[in-house]
Amino acid sequence: MNGVPLEQSLLLAGILFILGLMGVLIRRDIVFILLSIEIMLNASGLAFIAAGSHWGTADGQVFYLFILAVAATEVSVGLALVLRMFHRFKTLDADAYSRMRG
Amino acid sequence: MGTSSIGLATLSTLLISVVFLVSPPPDPAYSQVLWTWIKVGTFDPKLSFRFDSLALVMSLVVSGVGFLIHIYSVEFMAGDPRYSRFFAYMNLFVASMLTLVLADNLLLLYLGWEGVGLCSYLLIGFWFENPAYGRAAQKAFIVTRIGDTGMTLGLILAFLNLGTLDIQTLMARAQVQWAPGSGLATATTLLLLAGALGKSAQLPFQTWLPDAMAGPTPVSALIHAATMVTAGVYLIARTHVLFELAPRVLNLVAAIGAITLLISCLSALVQTDIKRVLAYSTMSQVGYMFLALGVGAWSAAIFHLVTHAFFKALLFLSAGAVIHSLHHEHNIFKMGGLYHRMPWVFWPFLIGSASLSAFPILTAGFYSKDLIISQALLSPLGSPWLYVIGLLGAFLTSLYSFRLVFVVFFGEEHSQVSQKPGKLMLIPMVILAVLSLNGGLLNVPRFLRSSTDLPPIHLWLPVLSSILSILGIIAAYFFYLRKPQLLVTRKLEPFRAFLYSGWGFDWLYDRVFIRPFVWFATVNRGDFLDLGFQFIGKANWVTGQALSLCQTGKIRWYAGIIGAGTALLILLGEVL
Repeated sequence: MNGVPLEQSLLLAGILFILGLMGVLIRRDIVFILLSIEIMLNASGLAFIAAGSHWGTADGQVFYLFILAVAATEVSVGLALVLRMFHRFKTLDADAYSRMRG
Repeated sequence: MGTSSIGLATLSTLLISVVFLVSPPPDPAYSQVLWTWIKVGTFDPKLSFRFDSLALVMSLVVSGVGFLIHIYSVEFMAGDPRYSRFFAYMNLFVASMLTLVLADNLLLLYLGWEGVGLCSYLLIGFWFENPAYGRAAQKAFIVTRIGDTGMTLGLILAFLNLGTLDIQTLMARAQVQWAPGSGLATATTLLLLAGALGKSAQLPFQTWLPDAMAGPTPVSALIHAATMVTAGVYLIARTHVLFELAPRVLNLVAAIGAITLLISCLSALVQTDIKRVLAYSTMSQVGYMFLALGVGAWSAAIFHLVTHAFFKALLFLSAGAVIHSLHHEHNIFKMGGLYHRMPWVFWPFLIGSASLSAFPILTAGFYSKDLIISQALLSPLGSPWLYVIGLLGAFLTSLYSFRLVFVVFFGEEHSQVSQKPGKLMLIPMVILAVLSLNGGLLNVPRFLRSSTDLPPIHLWLPVLSSILSILGIIAAYFFYLRKPQLLVTRKLEPFRAFLYSGWGFDWLYDRVFIRPFVWFATVNRGDFLDLGFQFIGKANWVTGQALSLCQTGKIRWYAGIIGAGTALLILLGEVL
């Protein structure tokens, strides 16, 4: 596991995170937004793993397991909400869900 | 229910009075401290009552006359849609008035004072369907309020200088700390006097009383004749030690009393509404009381207050009976000839008028008024001027009161009697008539330490005033029954109109106070003082509008802002 230096893995995590963020900002389809959020979560998970291996501790992997569990629950709740909203608005366009406009 | 509660109060007052007279307390008063009302630093007014001879007389009058008027009202107000409300207000009035006369603390007295003012407002405007009555109620409330503001300031001044509002302590301290005629004493008594003048409808606050006749007649009898308007007299008598320290204010009191007396006597001569005649007459009789106070004849003032309560309540009640029987007709020139129709109303009214005009020997009014007139001459504070005005007032009083008698009960009949007053209305009138005749024999005990040792009354003084009183009756007979056309000439017409309008005071106040105020209010519709506060509100509103622009409801927009914010924070962390 010594092959990959910390900087490179962190850079990869950063790139993934920004890709995910861009996805959230640019995509209008609510399912793709959820997918992009998953990518961002995984980017942060990658950063934890990399840091954990760099310091030689198990903490990073434990954290990743937590993040995985949170991500799973979040997706299940998120998809349920998406289903309800599709029922109501008959569209998956996130910009159409703007009832709470100030 | 309402009547019986007042009846109980009367019974208990009578009982206490008997106990008081049979076994007088050593202190000359019973006092009872209930609890401390408010406590802020050294300001701790107590809720306390004091029952001395002055309070005895006043509470007897308030509950006794009040009880009779309540009985009368049971029949008079029967069939009114707001019957129970009427009695609720009347009971509240009697309760406030008793608080006023029994209070041992100026603040508690002020509570009663405001309470009776409120009831006066509510009862004047009792038939509020008529907007004019509502306006009369407002006028009464606002005009007396001007005086009350002065009184509040007086209380504050007294507390700041003497450190207490407890009446007995206050007067004791004032005697020690204030020099006679000092500026503080003068200022405090002037401010208290303003309150008394407002409540008692004396110059310059007299304009509300004639309009207050808009209320039901029992109200006029109870509040605007017998009790509330005499509260000012009571206040001055209660705090007379303060007033003795300010002799110039006392002179002012006497002068105001004398002027009000003349003005209202002359106005009463030309009124056509039976209740307005009585209202002006009340003003003039209260003027007599102020005259007596002003010359330091405290007991004479209270004596006249008591007899006045009897005969003026009687006059109002019998006037009410006349009005009730004639379909709410108020104009005396549409009455006439009622002597044959309603002898049971005529005799009480005659007795009341005789007592009002101080008919010699027989009536109570004679003893009390005569005492005042002679005190005006003989007291050290008195003067021949006051005496002459008092005598002139006595003549005019009998002139206008017998004008009423002759115009209403004699001459031709102008209207039909529709219903006769029943027993419940007649019995109180008969009792009050007896009191109006014999009230003078009570010869109220000397309950106030008089500032002057009363000099013996010379024989010629009562004789002179009796002659004037009888002259007034004869003149009334001549001018209003025999030759009524004598006074109806074109030359006198403008003068009559001037007197009819109450010497144009309403007109004057309208020009001097009301119109400029309304003008200012119109100009200042936006209220420039409010601009600053409105600015705060406006600024908040604009900011809110601007901020709500970013609440687009679009989730991607929110995510972008969160991202940008995080980036900004990281950047800040890097830079700093």
